[in-house]
Amino acid sequence: MIKINDLHASIDGKEILKGLNLEVKAGEVHAIMGPNGAGKSTLASVLAGREEYEITSGSVDFDGKDLLEMSTEDRAREGLFLAFQYPVEIPGVSNINFLRTALNEIREYKGEEQISAKDFMSMVREKSKIVELDAKLASRSVNEGFSGGEKKRNEIFQMAMLDPKLSILDETDSGLDIDALRIVANGVNTLKSSNNATIVITHYQRLLDYIVPDFVHVLYNGRIVKTGPKELALELEEKGYDWIKAEFA
Amino acid sequence: METTITQDIHRSKSLSDFIQKVELTNFQPLFSEQKRTNSFKLLSQLQFPTTKDEAWKYTRLGKISSGNYQLQEGTKESIISELIENLEGTILVFVNGKYAIELSKIHPEVGVSISPIHRVDKAWLEENTSIGKNQEELFLLLNDYFAQDGVAIEIEKNTQSTQTVQVLNYITENNSLVATRNAIVIKEGASIELVMSYYAENETSSFSSHITEITIENNANFTLHKIQNENSANLTIATEEIKQGKDSTITLHTYTLNGGLVRNNVYANVNGQNSESNLYGIYLLNEKQHVDNHTTIDHQVAHCLSNELYKGVLSDQSTGVFNGKVFVRKDAQKINAFQSNANVLLSDLASMNSKPELEIYADDVKCSHGSTTGQIDEEAIFYLRARGISEKNAKLLMIDAFIGEVIEKNTNSLVKDKIYSLLQNKQEQL
Repeated sequence: MIKINDLHASIDGKEILKGLNLEVKAGEVHAIMGPNGAGKSTLASVLAGREEYEITSGSVDFDGKDLLEMSTEDRAREGLFLAFQYPVEIPGVSNINFLRTALNEIREYKGEEQISAKDFMSMVREKSKIVELDAKLASRSVNEGFSGGEKKRNEIFQMAMLDPKLSILDETDSGLDIDALRIVANGVNTLKSSNNATIVITHYQRLLDYIVPDFVHVLYNGRIVKTGPKELALELEEKGYDWIKAEFA
Repeated sequence: METTITQDIHRSKSLSDFIQKVELTNFQPLFSEQKRTNSFKLLSQLQFPTTKDEAWKYTRLGKISSGNYQLQEGTKESIISELIENLEGTILVFVNGKYAIELSKIHPEVGVSISPIHRVDKAWLEENTSIGKNQEELFLLLNDYFAQDGVAIEIEKNTQSTQTVQVLNYITENNSLVATRNAIVIKEGASIELVMSYYAENETSSFSSHITEITIENNANFTLHKIQNENSANLTIATEEIKQGKDSTITLHTYTLNGGLVRNNVYANVNGQNSESNLYGIYLLNEKQHVDNHTTIDHQVAHCLSNELYKGVLSDQSTGVFNGKVFVRKDAQKINAFQSNANVLLSDLASMNSKPELEIYADDVKCSHGSTTGQIDEEAIFYLRARGISEKNAKLLMIDAFIGEVIEKNTNSLVKDKIYSLLQNKQEQL
């Protein structure tokens, strides 16, 4: 699905990713953990195509295509989805209008027909149930006045609507209470299939009780320094990151 | 020792020179020779204002004062694409400032009188326009001198008109000087809606002066939709003079979609209690277009409400001005006056000057004003793109959302649809 090879990225001349390697196959869930400042969010931003970051070397193959050559929108149209750590409030743009525009642009890109208003609305009803999102929220302005939990549920709702191949959840657990966490995780698990894959970026182990990863990677100082099974997350939770820092500093 | 003397060349431009330069072909003045001679005399003592004059600080009139203009004759075959479809009501069309009878259509309704103003009797004209009463307002005096036609509307007492009148002004010729004078009287308890649209043939240049004098009597209601969609070489100074009686409502929507230089002056003289004044405006500018909205709401009496919401989107090297004056006179207690102006600059070279001016002489009032000018939210654009929306469409969604707030204030859905369709064309150029 995605193969990241020796990726180096910097911002304002400061190198953040320093030779990152990662391969994710269809059907897999990968967790990326690491201390603050390790480069977790940078990885998510670089993959989504944020222009502030400069890629100095390395490659990213996304289903046979060169991801780094693509615009942000084309990455999304190819099936990459980033659930934002801080979803943006967009006053005046309704969630519905925004999602229909997105869905139709993706369809147009793939040479498919536009979705009818009727099919779209029944899809909204069906998918909003996955994250227990009130249908009223779906028709409000994008994230405007949403609580922290509603914003994150709205991210997963969008993910359900757009049906991506690869989802990257950037600190989706931050700011969530335990009920919201359960709902969000349940949504992600419902959407999981043998054809798609998920990268869960998180600081804490907590989320991984609900979204069980096949692999856990430790990102430190711009590189993946350790990879293990889901138990690695528990070990990190128990011991903290200091032993990683000591080992790889 | 040497001294350098800098002269402001525009200062020396005399109004009488400007007037005498205008070619008067087939001139059929609206006002009497005597009134016009008087206006000319007053004008001869005036000069075009410069940026040293506070009211014209950000709007340069050099393009107007240095132009060579003619009163033009012209014809227009069809106005179908400019009209608002399915809107039932009288249609009056003016081509280069002259009434085009063949394009107009009167929709008769009891209690509603609408006609080209050159046809109304002299007494009505003098009663319902400021002719002869104004001594110093340059653009009013110029209009006194050059006006040939316009629309006259009188709605009889307690007549709730069901039609929406459309007045279309079209410029077809180069170097046109167009002056229209409109007078609207909504008698006690009456109401009507009016759309005034301004269009110009491609690649025409012009200077237009439009004065609309509006009297809204007690308990009367008037909605004016103004659609300005000319071209970059069409220069316009437009004024609405509004007098409001008690329990009356005025709602003015100003949509400025295109124009080289557009100055809108709105004066609402609110002289009756419990009245409401709503001024809503949008302007979308590209190239070197310049739009200046100067509004004045004068609360002379107590218990009134005014709402002002103007929003602008400026790209390329366009410039905008908003100056919103609110007076609350002594003893005009319990006034609620709200004013807001917000702008988005799409280019580093675009600029906006926004100035609220509140003068409050009463103590029990609620007044607010706000002014913001910023860039489009790049974080929001990225968010939309990350969902598969192109950068261009992401920008359009954001602009729609921004100005949509103002357009949604319009309760006439047919007019609203027209605005949205005109906007689609405009947004392609931003």
